[in-house]
Amino acid sequence: MGRPALAAAGFQPVLAMETLLNRYRNITVLLLVIFAQLVLIGLQMRNDRDVRMIRVWAVTAITPLARVLETVRGGASGFFGSYILMHDAREDNRRLETEVDRLKMENQFLKGEISTAEHAKALVAFQQRTQSRTIAARVIAAGAGASSKVVIVDRGASSGVEKGMAVVTPDGIVGKVIAAYPTASEVMLITDPEFAAGVVSQRSHVVGTLKGQGQSTCKVDYVPSEEKVQPGEMFYTSGDDRIFPKGFPAGVVRVVRPSNPYQEVLVEPTGLDRGLDAVLIVVEGVHQAIPEVPPANAPVYLGTPPPAAPGERAAQPAGPAGTDADKLVQKYKQIGAAENHKFGEGGPGAKPPDFNIKVPPPGAANPPDGPLPAKPQDTTKPDGTAKTGVAVSPRRPVAAPPAVAAPSPDAPPATPQPQDQ
Amino acid sequence: MTDYGDRYLAGNQREQVSRFRARVMLVVPLAAVLFQVYVPRFWDVLGFLELPLLVTIYFALMRRSQIGGLFIGAFIGLAQDSLSIKQPLGMFGIVKTLVGYFAASVGLRIDVEHSVIRLVLTFFFYFFHQFLYWVLARGLLARQIPFDVQLTLLLGLLNAVVGVTLFHFLDKLREPA
Repeated sequence: MGRPALAAAGFQPVLAMETLLNRYRNITVLLLVIFAQLVLIGLQMRNDRDVRMIRVWAVTAITPLARVLETVRGGASGFFGSYILMHDAREDNRRLETEVDRLKMENQFLKGEISTAEHAKALVAFQQRTQSRTIAARVIAAGAGASSKVVIVDRGASSGVEKGMAVVTPDGIVGKVIAAYPTASEVMLITDPEFAAGVVSQRSHVVGTLKGQGQSTCKVDYVPSEEKVQPGEMFYTSGDDRIFPKGFPAGVVRVVRPSNPYQEVLVEPTGLDRGLDAVLIVVEGVHQAIPEVPPANAPVYLGTPPPAAPGERAAQPAGPAGTDADKLVQKYKQIGAAENHKFGEGGPGAKPPDFNIKVPPPGAANPPDGPLPAKPQDTTKPDGTAKTGVAVSPRRPVAAPPAVAAPSPDAPPATPQPQDQ
Repeated sequence: MTDYGDRYLAGNQREQVSRFRARVMLVVPLAAVLFQVYVPRFWDVLGFLELPLLVTIYFALMRRSQIGGLFIGAFIGLAQDSLSIKQPLGMFGIVKTLVGYFAASVGLRIDVEHSVIRLVLTFFFYFFHQFLYWVLARGLLARQIPFDVQLTLLLGLLNAVVGVTLFHFLDKLREPA
């Protein structure tokens, strides 16, 4: 086939190759002949390790090129891999940050929900326990003033709320209604400088007047210097002000400074301990006895028990630990003791103890001499709520029960006193 | 090179190409190889002669064809390799192929009928041959062969002198133009 025919048939590359070979024919032939002889040498010769030279040459010639190619490929692959990885990491980081923000908001919301639920449960329990007739209200707003100690609740005159009614929580008094609107009421808090209420101390029955200071603490005025008031002592409402029924917790003494003619007594209000979310408005107050002990056994407030008095039975030591792990350890110890098995002994393959046998529950092995009050630990669920449905303050230490018999959570704390209003 | 130069060289080449009979092209190289192989076994003093190289240079210069020159060199070199002891086929072949190619390239451009030019070219190609063989032996076979430059230059001069004489004799075997 001639050149025109090849060109017409579209074989331009073939023609170009032919032209190239014709132009460099001599050097091409030279290279071919030398290459053929190199192959001949390579096929004949072997190196000192009995490898054919042609293989050695081929590998030696190819290896640098392969190394360069591998370096380029690895670099490109690493670059693109890192780029894609970083791109994915950036996307993941952005997505995770969004997720964290969403979870934080959700967590805050759930915490608020839990707190609200706890308060609601505590209020319901307190409502059932107290003799006073109360209605629950929710704090919906705070006072507009910077130093305002006034809040607004969502119950008003249409619900039977009137000016001068006491506002309490299960932890103590909160304030009093200073204005009742049809659907809301204005409540002056206990910390307001204009607030005042009659109180009486728990142990020595010292009478005084609780006044707000515009701060987190209140003071008890008109406590004679010869009266003995100690820090940690509880003050209860005395009922003298005809606003607060007798027997509601008012606060805990934090500071006592001697002075004349009256001592300076600073009290931390207990009603505001857990914040203000829901309150009870006492629409029909009933005086009640001041408890002999702090409300340590109350279903909501579990404070430190007082020291045992002489002649009284000492407080029982703490029972089995409250966590599930500790209970499990206690149970296994009892199983080991029942089967005379010592844990940690015996080699591999030794018969293990039977963990399915029935053992008395922890704490039942040494029953107390007399009836014991319900232990706070037993009434507490892992989530912080009492089994009786009453919330337990997580900020208060859960202590052993006092020596004296405490009232049942379902029972009123004391015998109701006749209303003297 | 310009077109005029190419046409001039082509015409000059056609005029100066020496032609040899086929049997001459066959017998002379074989005789040179046999001489190189056998004669030094009896006369060591003649061992410095590189007759196959001289024959390659001569035929490449006179044929004035690069392809012809490289094939002549390859043929003579492979024949020398085949009769050498412990010498892989191709070592002398490669070296003499390159010598034949470059000698023919030189023969295309200069007048190689003059004895002085022949002396110089033979001396140069002998040194090139020895040096290239040393390089290939080190590079391809990893053989540590000594390369004495002064001795190589001296032997190159001797071979050039012998080569000029041999070329004069071989000129007698050319076919008349």
